Amino acid sequence: MNGISNFLATRWGIILVGGIIGILAPILQKLGNPPNMGICVACMERDIAGALGFHRAEVVQYMRPEIIGFVLGSFISALLFKEYRPRGGSAPFIRFILGMFAMIGALTFLGCPWRTVLRLAGGDFNAIFGLLGLVFGIFIGTIFFRMGYSLGRSQGFPYKAAGLGFPFLMLVCLVLLLIDSPLPGTNKGEFLFFSIKGPGSQHAPIFISLLAGLFIGILAQRSRFCTMGAFRDVILFRQFHLFLGVASFFIAALITNLILGQFNPGFENQPIAHTMQLWNFLGMALAGLCFALAGGCPGRQLFLSGEGDGDAAIFATGMIVGAAVAHNFGLAASPKGIGPHTPEAILLGFIVCIVIGLTMRVKKA
Amino acid sequence: MPEVVDARGLSCPEPVLRTLEAIKALGQGELEIWVDNPTAKENVIRAAKTSGWEVVEIKELPDSIKLVIKK
Repeated sequence: MNGISNFLATRWGIILVGGIIGILAPILQKLGNPPNMGICVACMERDIAGALGFHRAEVVQYMRPEIIGFVLGSFISALLFKEYRPRGGSAPFIRFILGMFAMIGALTFLGCPWRTVLRLAGGDFNAIFGLLGLVFGIFIGTIFFRMGYSLGRSQGFPYKAAGLGFPFLMLVCLVLLLIDSPLPGTNKGEFLFFSIKGPGSQHAPIFISLLAGLFIGILAQRSRFCTMGAFRDVILFRQFHLFLGVASFFIAALITNLILGQFNPGFENQPIAHTMQLWNFLGMALAGLCFALAGGCPGRQLFLSGEGDGDAAIFATGMIVGAAVAHNFGLAASPKGIGPHTPEAILLGFIVCIVIGLTMRVKKA
Repeated sequence: MPEVVDARGLSCPEPVLRTLEAIKALGQGELEIWVDNPTAKENVIRAAKTSGWEVVEIKELPDSIKLVIKK
């Protein structure tokens, strides 16, 4: 019995999906997205937090249609393939906290696992330390899993509407983006903030970003693409299925960058990056640990949210709030280096994760 | 009666982890695994096959999926 009838969930399916995302991301960059940031779930959620005015870092405020597309694409796919299933209740607030610290870690490195891969594929060697940190953080997470770590069971909800909240929120964000624009000479519209300089001002045309996001949302929902699971499954099970997807993502992005002239190898003067390697490592280690403890990379959390997973939606919300906290309290890094209070925040994040990992355990029979 | 793993409602990677623990404890025989989403179903099937077990039954119920694997 084969058992897996969904092509995109097969080995060649996940390789195909990784490859398509790897081609689309550098193209989005070519069409206007910031360098090595064709797609970055953390950065784009941070920009959304800025667009909503949750933080006032003027260079990173834009309602990113890619994120909206990820959730709505996954939602459409889940409905079409009868995989939409409202559920939740597995330690929601712990997931919110994990989301916040995942974002604080990611903004120390300046990227999520997706951007780690894209930075490497663009020749930014500082991302090697981010990647090592990511793998290290996930490794710590697998130790907790081996010790019986679990956030407990989620419950299926009997009412279909229960899973609509996050997709609906994204739809509202899309409407705001479409009807709003900055008042002349300012960075503020009727509802949203719009960066006029910096990464937040760099973006591909709205409909191209949205379509790319929708397409990736559909593919990723079907294939279960996950940039954290890729490394976790290798460490925990010697299972390379998801890893092949991420490897394909990297190779496709590298080739596309070479073709588009977007490959600039080196450590210095890399776009939206700093060279404080210890913090590149520690930031992504914290983020990787948070993603591992929450069961999915930031992209996967969005795709699960689209399927009706309320716990994943709470993690994603935690990331958006975490971005606001990071920028309001001087925790986020910039190309100049880490923020004034980054070290305390990272230390606190590790302590919180270790307490979560050690205390939330099911007793082994 | 086969050994039963109830992985319903658990997030990744717990369904696979619990299945592999049961496979290791059992050595050979028949194992019944309950999951509640297609991702967990696919992951468990993949893990079982990699471990040399055969999937002999997949039963999709309204709220859950029953898998039976055998070696």
